[in-house]
Amino acid sequence: MLNVDVMISSLPLYFNGALVTLKLLLAALAAGLIFAIPLAVLRASRNPWASRPVWLFTYIFRGTPLLVQLFLIYYGLAQFAWVRESVVWPMLSSAWFCAMLAFAINTCAYTTEIIAGAITSTNHGEVEAARAMGMSPVTLYRRILLPSALRRSLPAYSNEVIMMLHGTSIASIVTLLDITGAAREVNSRFYLPFEAFITAAAFYLALTFVLVSLFHLAEKRWLVHLAPRT
Amino acid sequence: MLQGFLPSLIEGAGTTLAVAICSLLIAVVLGLFGALMKLSKSRLLRGLATTYTTVIRGVPDLVLMLLIFYGGQLAINEVAPKLGFKDVIDINPFVAGVATIGFIFGAYLTETFRGAMMAIPPGQREAGIAYGMAPGQVFLRIVFPQMVRFAIPGFTNNWLVLVKSTALVSVIGLSDMMNRAGLAAGSTREPFTFYMTAAMLYLLITTVSVLLLRSLEKRYSLGVKVIAL
Amino acid sequence: MKKTLASALLVLLTSVTLVSAQEAKKLKIGVEGAYPPFSQIGTDGKLKGFDIDIANALCAQMKAQCTMVQQEFDGLIPSLQAKKIDAVIASMSITDERKKVVEFSDKYYHTPARFVGKKGNGFNATVAGMKGKRIGVQRTTTHDRFATETFKESEIVRYAKQDDVFLDLASGRLDAVMVDQVAASQGFLLLPTSKDFAFFGPVYIEPKYFGAGAGIGMRKADTALRDEFNNAIKAIRANGVYKKINDKYFEFDIYGGK
Repeated sequence: MLNVDVMISSLPLYFNGALVTLKLLLAALAAGLIFAIPLAVLRASRNPWASRPVWLFTYIFRGTPLLVQLFLIYYGLAQFAWVRESVVWPMLSSAWFCAMLAFAINTCAYTTEIIAGAITSTNHGEVEAARAMGMSPVTLYRRILLPSALRRSLPAYSNEVIMMLHGTSIASIVTLLDITGAAREVNSRFYLPFEAFITAAAFYLALTFVLVSLFHLAEKRWLVHLAPRT
Repeated sequence: MLQGFLPSLIEGAGTTLAVAICSLLIAVVLGLFGALMKLSKSRLLRGLATTYTTVIRGVPDLVLMLLIFYGGQLAINEVAPKLGFKDVIDINPFVAGVATIGFIFGAYLTETFRGAMMAIPPGQREAGIAYGMAPGQVFLRIVFPQMVRFAIPGFTNNWLVLVKSTALVSVIGLSDMMNRAGLAAGSTREPFTFYMTAAMLYLLITTVSVLLLRSLEKRYSLGVKVIAL
Repeated sequence: MKKTLASALLVLLTSVTLVSAQEAKKLKIGVEGAYPPFSQIGTDGKLKGFDIDIANALCAQMKAQCTMVQQEFDGLIPSLQAKKIDAVIASMSITDERKKVVEFSDKYYHTPARFVGKKGNGFNATVAGMKGKRIGVQRTTTHDRFATETFKESEIVRYAKQDDVFLDLASGRLDAVMVDQVAASQGFLLLPTSKDFAFFGPVYIEPKYFGAGAGIGMRKADTALRDEFNNAIKAIRANGVYKKINDKYFEFDIYGGK
C-alpha cells in the first residue's frame, strides 16, 4: 500500500533534516532562555517602568504568528540597503541564522511570561520570611524566588519546548532542509504525499516522545515536592 | 504606501477570520466529544481519544496540513467510487484548511475541556443523577454551564494559537492574509511593508479576541470569589 | 442504509462541487499566480498574465467554462493527480520525466533558460566555475532539475515561488539564479531596482531537461481533453488571438518556431 522503498531510500535526507531541526531547536531554546530569565524578573517587578516595556515585547511576539515574524526577519530586513551593508549582514544573509533568531525571540517572549507568572505566584510567606531575615533584593531573587520559580515553570516550559519543536517545521518555508523540508523534497520529487509526510510525522513523534521523557525526568528531580501524594 | 494592495489584504484578513471561526466550531465539537471520551469508563473510548490527542500534539501543524491536503483528497478519490459515487467529489482549499485546523485543535480543546470538566466537584453530577436526570440532561444543565467558566482561560489560549496557525493555510495555497501579503511583497519587492501590515492585522484580531473573551469570563464568573492581590 | 449514512457523512465533510463528466465542459485550470509576466496577482487581487490570457482564450475556443485555481507550483501535479484540477496552465515545460505522470498538450510557448547574477561578477558558467556558489531555483521546475544534475559542485537552494528566488538574489543571499529567460527579463531585470543584475552564461535549451517548451498538463487518461486543447491551440495560432495576447506582453513571438 505504502511505497516503503521510497521511504527507506529517503531516510538519509530525513536524518540530516532531524539534525538541522535539533540544532535549530537547541540554539533557539538556549538563547531564548538566557534572555528570558532577566526579562522575567523585570516583567514581575512592581515598577511599571520595568514591567511595561517587557509586557509590550511579549504581547507583540505572542500576538503575531511565528511565520510572520520569520518572514519579517528573513525577507523583510533584507529589503533595506542599510541592513545589507551593515556589519550584521553576513549573519542575516544565512537562512539558518534568521530562522534561529526568529525562533529565539519568539520562545523568549513565551518563556518570559511563564517564568514571570511563576515568580508572581510564589507563596507570599516565603518572600516575607526572606525579607524578615534581612535578605537584600538580589539575594532574595538569587536564593528564593528564581530557583522556586524555575522549578514551578517546568510543566509549562515543557509545553513551550514541544511547541517550539513544532514551530521549527516552518523553517522549511525559507529554504532550510529540516525534517519538513526533507518531506517536501520527497513529495515534490516522487509525488508521494502520504509516504513523505507520514515519515516526517514519525520523526517528530519520536522527538516529542524523547523530549517529554526528558522533562519527566527533570520533574522527578526538581519538582518532586509538588507531585501529587499517592 | 501599500501601493493599492490594502483591499486585497483586508479581503485576506476576512478569509483568515472565516477559516479561524469555522475551524473553531469543528474543534469545539471534536473537543467536547474527545473530553467525554477521555473521561468515559470505556477503555476503548479512552484509548482512541488518547491516541488522537497524542498524535496531534506530537506532530507539527504544518506537516499535518500538508498530509491532509495532499493525501486527503487522494484518499477520498479512492473511497468515493467504492461507495457508489461516479462523480468527483472535490475538496476546495478552504474546506481542506478548515478541516485540518479544526481536527488539530479538537485535540487541544479535548485537553482544555477535560481539565475544565474535572474541575467541577463530583457532587454536582451526583446530585443531578439523584434527581433522576438522564445523563444527557446532567451534561447540558449541570456540567456544561459550570465547565465554561473553568475552560475560558485555556480556551482563550487555544483560540489565540488557532488564529495564528491559520497563517499556515497560505502554504496550501489558500488566499488568506499571509498569502496576499506574500504576493504583494513579491510584486513590489517590499516584503517588510506588507508583512508588517499583516503582523499588525493579526495583533488587532488577537487584541479584540482577548478583550471579548475576558468580558465573557467576567460574565461567567459572577458570584465567584477571587483572591485579591 | 449504510450507503446513505456514509454518503451523508461524506457530503457533510466535503464541499459540494460535484463535477459531472457528461455536462458541457466545466474545467478547473491550475495556475500559479507568482510567475510574472506569465502569471501574477495584481493589486486588485485578480489573476493576470500571459498564461491566464492563453487559458481564457483556449477555453473560449473550446466553449468550456473554466475556473482558475491558484496553487503553488510544486503542488500543481499532485493536485492534478488528486483531481482537484483538470489541467495545468502554468508555464510547465514538457519533459520526459513529467510525461511519466502527466499527459501534455502541444507546446504553447518555448523559451530557454539562463543564469542571472550580479553584473560583472565574472562567474564562469561551467561546473568548475560555479563550484561552491549558491544557485537559486524554483522547486520542482526544469531549472531545478537541470541545475541539480549539472552543477553538482554548487549549492542549490530551492524556493516555492520564483519571486522569493529573485528577492534573495537581490539581497545577496544567492550568487546566481537559474531561470526562464523571459520570466527573468520581465519579472526581474526590467525592474528599476534590478539595474545591477544581468544575464550571464549561455542560453540553455537541453531538451532532456527543458523539453519541448511549455505545455498544458492533464491526467494521463484525459487524451480526449488533450486533443481538444491541441485543436484549440492550433486555432488561436491561426486566427490571430495568440498573436494579440503575445504582443501584449512580448516584443517577439515566444512560440519558438513551428
